[in-house]
Parts: sequence; structure tokens; C-alpha cells
Amino acid sequence: MKILRIAVLPLSLLFLLTACEQGADSDGAAPWSSRYTPLPSEATILQGATVLTGTGERLDNADVVMDGGKIIAVGPGLDAGSMTVVDTSGMWITPGVIDVHSHLGVYPSPQVSAHSDGNEATAPNTAEVWAEHSVWPQDPGFVAALAGGVTSMQILPGSANLFGGRGVTLKNVPGQSVQEMMFPGAPHGLKMACGENPKRVYGSRGTSPSTRMGNVAGYRSAWIAADDYRKKLAAAEKGRGEAPLRDLQLETLAGVLDGEILVHNHCYRADEMAVMIDIAKEFGYKITAFHHAVEAYKVADMLRENGICAAIWADWYGFKMEAFDGIRENAAILDRAGTCTVMHSDSAIGIQRLNQESAKVIGAAAKVGIDIAPERAVRWFTSNAAKALGIDDVTGSLEPGKMADVTVWSGNPFSVYAKAERVYIDGALVYDRQNPDVNPVTDFSLGTSALHGGAQ
Amino acid sequence: MKFSLSMTAAVLAFAASAASAQTTAITGATVHTVGPEGTLENATVVIENGQIAEIGTGIQVPAGAKLIDASGKIITPGLFSAMGQLGLSEVGAVSGTNDAVQRGDDFSAGFDVADAYNRRSVVIPISRIDGITRALIAPRAGRPDEQGNSSRVLSGLASVVQLGDSGNYLTRHGVAVVANLGETGSAVAAGSRAAAIQQLRAALADALDYRRNKAAYERGDWREYSVSTADLEALISVVEGERSMIFNANRASDIEVVIKLASEFSLSAIIIGGAEAWMLANELAAAKVSVIIDGTANLPGNFDRINARLETGGILAAAGVRVAFGAGAQTHQARNITQSAGNAVANGMDWDAALEAITLAPAEMYGVDREVGSLEPGKSADLIIWGADPLELTSYPEQVFIQGESIPMESRQTLLRDRYLQTDTVKPPAFRH
Repeated sequence: MKILRIAVLPLSLLFLLTACEQGADSDGAAPWSSRYTPLPSEATILQGATVLTGTGERLDNADVVMDGGKIIAVGPGLDAGSMTVVDTSGMWITPGVIDVHSHLGVYPSPQVSAHSDGNEATAPNTAEVWAEHSVWPQDPGFVAALAGGVTSMQILPGSANLFGGRGVTLKNVPGQSVQEMMFPGAPHGLKMACGENPKRVYGSRGTSPSTRMGNVAGYRSAWIAADDYRKKLAAAEKGRGEAPLRDLQLETLAGVLDGEILVHNHCYRADEMAVMIDIAKEFGYKITAFHHAVEAYKVADMLRENGICAAIWADWYGFKMEAFDGIRENAAILDRAGTCTVMHSDSAIGIQRLNQESAKVIGAAAKVGIDIAPERAVRWFTSNAAKALGIDDVTGSLEPGKMADVTVWSGNPFSVYAKAERVYIDGALVYDRQNPDVNPVTDFSLGTSALHGGAQ
Repeated sequence: MKFSLSMTAAVLAFAASAASAQTTAITGATVHTVGPEGTLENATVVIENGQIAEIGTGIQVPAGAKLIDASGKIITPGLFSAMGQLGLSEVGAVSGTNDAVQRGDDFSAGFDVADAYNRRSVVIPISRIDGITRALIAPRAGRPDEQGNSSRVLSGLASVVQLGDSGNYLTRHGVAVVANLGETGSAVAAGSRAAAIQQLRAALADALDYRRNKAAYERGDWREYSVSTADLEALISVVEGERSMIFNANRASDIEVVIKLASEFSLSAIIIGGAEAWMLANELAAAKVSVIIDGTANLPGNFDRINARLETGGILAAAGVRVAFGAGAQTHQARNITQSAGNAVANGMDWDAALEAITLAPAEMYGVDREVGSLEPGKSADLIIWGADPLELTSYPEQVFIQGESIPMESRQTLLRDRYLQTDTVKPPAFRH
């Protein structure tokens, strides 16, 4: 009864209440909440770099001051006081890279079937599963991503299902358990998938959906059930009728309808995005981002008007029919239209170089007279990504008071020759290219050359 | 739309073809010849009859030549995709457009993909406007089909093609036979990489035997072989060293097997993958085994690649191993071999060696370096004019020449781009073309 009541409350409250009712751990954390503790840090000033703030600004010969895990100040000629001084002259500094679409830990390296935990491809609606229950923290891909400047990422279930389950946002820190990596306070995502994948997976088994119209019927039926579940919970709350048995699948969908869980919708084709927007309107929920939005450039205005981010690759195309119309100027056209543009990876290799993927777009855009400055492009994998994950109030840009999630690059990050030199997460130096002995190594990588993401 | 694209391309190709009879001189650029001349500043490249007639500084521009001022620009040889299925795969997941995987018992080494090559594939213009002028088109292993037909340890014959619109598309037919070791070999050979190696060794031994006893075999007066006659014919030139054998291999132990087989059968061996090749750099150099790698693959994607690292290209090149990029950037993404090469440079590879790895090195591997791969008099005029460092991510070709023809810098992607760059119309996009 009590659990049912809290299901309609904000998630943060849900955790608190659950903790009170069921008893907190010895460490005081409620079940399924973050056990992340920032690594030790010291007051630090990074001096004399080119700083891309993530807010659209570029500051030359500027300093970044971090203390207590937070950004304290950004600007030229700041007072070093008694802080640790790092000479970053000639280097570039950006907010830590954020990937909104990763399968690290759920499809880890090596890609053996024993570790293939990203798609619960047993029914078209598995909104009840949570990606965090599949994450293997020893995936060497996490450390490789760290060497690529990544400080946070959302781990999503795969796209076999209409509703793949909940995604989880992690800090890219080594953890013995996923709970030690969970980004404090980050909302859950709900992975939905349009198009070819669900209809192929279930159609090939002779079950629904086998068509795009079958996909849509599947989404709508599920939202009708979720709406009904919510109404019964609300009625029971007011003493009208028996509360339904707690249902993990409907709880996730109800969380979306309550605005507590963000919809991350795998959707390639422009026309399908329009269909998904109508479904969202019919049931009163919001789509936060279309992922793999290969055709987003065809409907850039529609996405902007509906407040939906387009999370995309730079140049993937041609691997299937719904990716046939991919063009490298996708991000440029979206950004020009004022649509929230996000560069994502969906790849353990790609996540290591979201800066490089963005650079390819900058060059392609320049050919057609669209000038995209570095300070603008950097938003695609920092502040815009943070916005899509609902964590932009605490990270994604270099502004006083935000988490000191910072990447120092050896040069302009949009050059192929630039590498992440130093990565700070909550002010703690987690990766230092010049000092590999202090960098993390997963258990799996011990004794191999892939110690630090294959870069030595 | 497709019709109008191919029409446009055909018209432009005709125009380019007519123009190629004349002499063209490109002046003022920094030219990376990737040949004995090295890098030339403020150089002139003279193109005649599709070939490089002259190259150097202080060259007299022939009278009547069409002049292209490339001052401040960079010129490199055309890029060579060392491995992939360009023209053999239009849409990855649309089976009817894919012709590189052969399953069942009809062919293995003799499976020849050259006739399936589609020079009108939309992927060709997409690739060549980014600089790919030549490519190896190769058969590959694939998953078993619905009837359980499996592909084989030997995938078949690979060829080199040119990506221009006119002339014979084949640069050289049947340059290599593709073989599968490691996890891929194991999957197609009874579940053990040892079985794959045994099958391979038996086929090579059969080819040697067949070569000596062809007449008796044809009379029906000789023993049975493990593979078909078509396969034996394909393998004869492999054991004669005239045709390369490309081995899919990543684990160091499999690479050691390649070195052993190369010595045992006097093979001209090429490794594709080579994740752990850096551990055997000196042995590979001594055995003259070339390696095609992916400059960005640093994760243990499977247990064959536990020691994958980003420094592989630099380590191999420094040890004297011939290196190419093309293990990751292939087919639809063949154009990203520049990114692969750039990342190798960022991780220790010499810049000139990296450029060679996407131009001359694959040409040498496949025995077409007399025609292409570097900018030298007498070689085909496959070249690119760049505005900036070709390995940089923001850098794209300004103009690409294949066999002396200035190719149209247009693709299905640029048509889509141009349609959707327009916003000032009251009619749907279908009316913009």
C-alpha cells in the first residue's frame, strides 16, 4: 500500500521513503540509489589554456579553478593562492565529455555472449528492466572512454524492443559495483525504439510487431495501460478502490507520464519521428531525445519546436535501410536551426572520440559555407548532452558551482592529433596521460596492453 | 532521383573523358609524391592521357595545357582502400544488395566477386569525393544462412578496382585469395582454429600437388583433392607467389601461424586485423608479411584482440613492416581511412608513413604499384587537391582526379545535403532538385 502510493511521487522522494520504510544500508543509502563518492581532490588551478566553456564561449589564455569538487572560477589571470598549479598553456580545456548513448558495461569488451546483457529481447515491451542491473563495471571500455575525455555517460538497453527498459547515467569512475558509478540525482531514461529493429526481431518470430504500424499499436497499447495504472493508483490514494499490484513495467511508463523518467527514443527516419511526436501528444508525455536520428536534418524545425534533442553520429550511413539517407552535415543543419544537437557514440570505440566525430561535421559544414566555431561544436558533447540527460543544472559546462568535470586536451580537440591529457571528475584527477602509473586499470585488463584504454 | 543522379554523372563523366585527352598542369602546390621525390614545394604536376607526365619544380608548363592554380594547396596520391566491399554492398542489412559472402559448397578460393562489382553504386561517389580512388574489393566470411549453409575458411578472390566512371573498372583482377583464421576461421571450420589451419594447409598442399600433376588429375588418373578445381586454379598462383593470400588474423598465435605458412608455402602474405601484430613486429618485418590495421581499434573486442593498442601502426612501421589502414574503415566508411591514419600519427606513427599506408603501401601489397600509389611519371594520374592536412578531420578534398579525369564532386549525400540546406520554400522538399 505504501509502496504503491509513493510510485506517483518524484523518484528522489521514492528513494527516501523506501529507505525510511525498508531500512537504509549501513552506509545510509537506499536500495538502487547512487553510492558514488567523489575521489580525493585538491584545490587546483589550470593555467593559461584555451577554454571552451560549454556555454558557447571561448576564453583564450584563461584559467580554471576547482575546489571542493566544484568549478570555482573561469577566466584570465585568476589568483593561484596556495592551490596546486597545473601549467596548461598551449592546451585546450573543455567540460568533461558526456555521451548520451553508450552500451559500456551491458555490451562490454570482450563481446562474448556470456556478457551480452543489453537487449532483453524476449518481448516487445520490457519497460520493467533496468540497464544498471546489467552493467559490468570491469568493462575495459570505461577506462578507454576516460582516456578519450569522457566523464559521464548514459548506459542504455538495446533497441530490439519497443520499450527496451530504463537507462542509467554514470560517472566514469572505476566502481566495484554499478551503484558506485551512478550519477547522483540523475533521472532514469526510458529506451524506446522505432523502426526496423523491433519489427525485425519480433516479425521474424511470427509475433507482433512485424510492421511499423504494429510498432505504433504496441506503443499506444502500452501507454493506455500505463495511464490506467496511474489512474488506479491515484484513486486508491484518495481511498477510492483497491490499488493495483505493483507492476515494474507500468511503473516505468507511469514514471514517464509523471515527467520523472526521460524518453530516449531510437528513431532514424524523419517520418517516424513525426509519428512518435503524435504518440507523445496523445498520451501527454515528452520525448527528450531522438537517438540515431540519421534523418533529423529533414525535420530540424519540428524537433526544435517540440523541444526535442537530436542525438546523432557524424557520418554513419548505409548499414541498413533506415540509415540510407545519413549525411555528414546532419549536425550542422540541426545546429543552424537552433535544434538541441548532441553527438553520441553507441560504440565503445566511438565514445573515445566524440570530439573527432564533431570535427568531421565542422569540416563538412565549412564546405557549404556554414562556419561552426569550436566553442559552438563543443556543446554537442558537453552541455547539450547534459541537457538531454537532465543533468545540465550540475554539469556539462565550466561555470562556477557546477561539478568540476573537466577535460584538458593537448591541443585543439577538433584536431585528429589532440589527445585528452588530464581528466577531472568532481575535481579529482582521474586520468593523467603523462603519468600512466596513477591511472585506473580494470581487473580484466591486468597483464594486457589494454591497461589504459590501449594507449600507453 | 536516382535516374537523374546517374544521368548527371554520366554527362559529367563524358565531359571529363573528352577533357582528358588534353594536357593539364596543376601548379603551385605542396606535393607529397610518396615516391622517391618525397615532398616537393611549389611544384607542378603535368597530366597527359590520364597519366602523370611530369612532376617537379621549375617545370615548363606545356603550351595549350589546361592550368589549375593550386597555390597554397596540398596534393597527394589518390587514397587506396586496402580492404572492403565497395560496389559489393549497397545497404548492409538489405541482403539482395550484398554479394561478398558465399555460402555452401560450390566455391571457396575460386569464388570471384569481380563480376558482381557495381560501379554505379551510390557508395562509390560518396567514397571518391572524399579521396578514395582505388579499392580492393574482397569476399568475406559471413554468418550461416537460414538453411545452415556456412561460409568457408577460404572466402575467395579479391580484385583491385578504380572508382572512376569510365574505362575498365578492374585495375587488376584476382590479386589475392582471402583466408580466415582465428575466431572467424574457427566459426566456419568445425569450431576450432586448428581445423581452419588444417583445411588451409591441405588446400595449399593440394594446389602444389595439382600444379605438378595437372595432366594426370584431368585424366582422372590421380587422387581426389580437398577443394574444387576452380579453387585449385585460384590457389596455384598463390603458391607460386604471384597472387597474395590475405589472412584474417588478430591473435599473436594466429599471426605466428601466418608467418609459418608464408615460409612453408613461399606465400606473399598479408594480414588483415593484426590487433596483436605489434608483438611480432620484427618477425613480420623479417618474413615480409604486410599488415592491414585499424588505427582506432584499442579494445579487446574478442579474446583474439586482448592486447589491441593504438600504437600498433607506429610500432609496425618503425620495425619496417608494410602497413595499411583498412581493417575498420571499410566499404561505406572507407573514406575514414584518413581518420584511422591520423589517429595512428597521434599515437606515434610517422606522418609520411601514415600517408604511405593509405596510398602506396596497399598498391604494393596487391602488385599494382607500377600503376598507382605514388605520384611519379608514368603512373596513373590519381591525385587529390586538399586545402589542408589530409589526415585532419576537418579536411576534405577540393578536387579528386582518377586516371587524369577530374571527377564530379557530387554524391547522393551532397544532393540530400543541398536539398535540405534550403529552407526558403513553401513547397515540400520533393520540389527542390
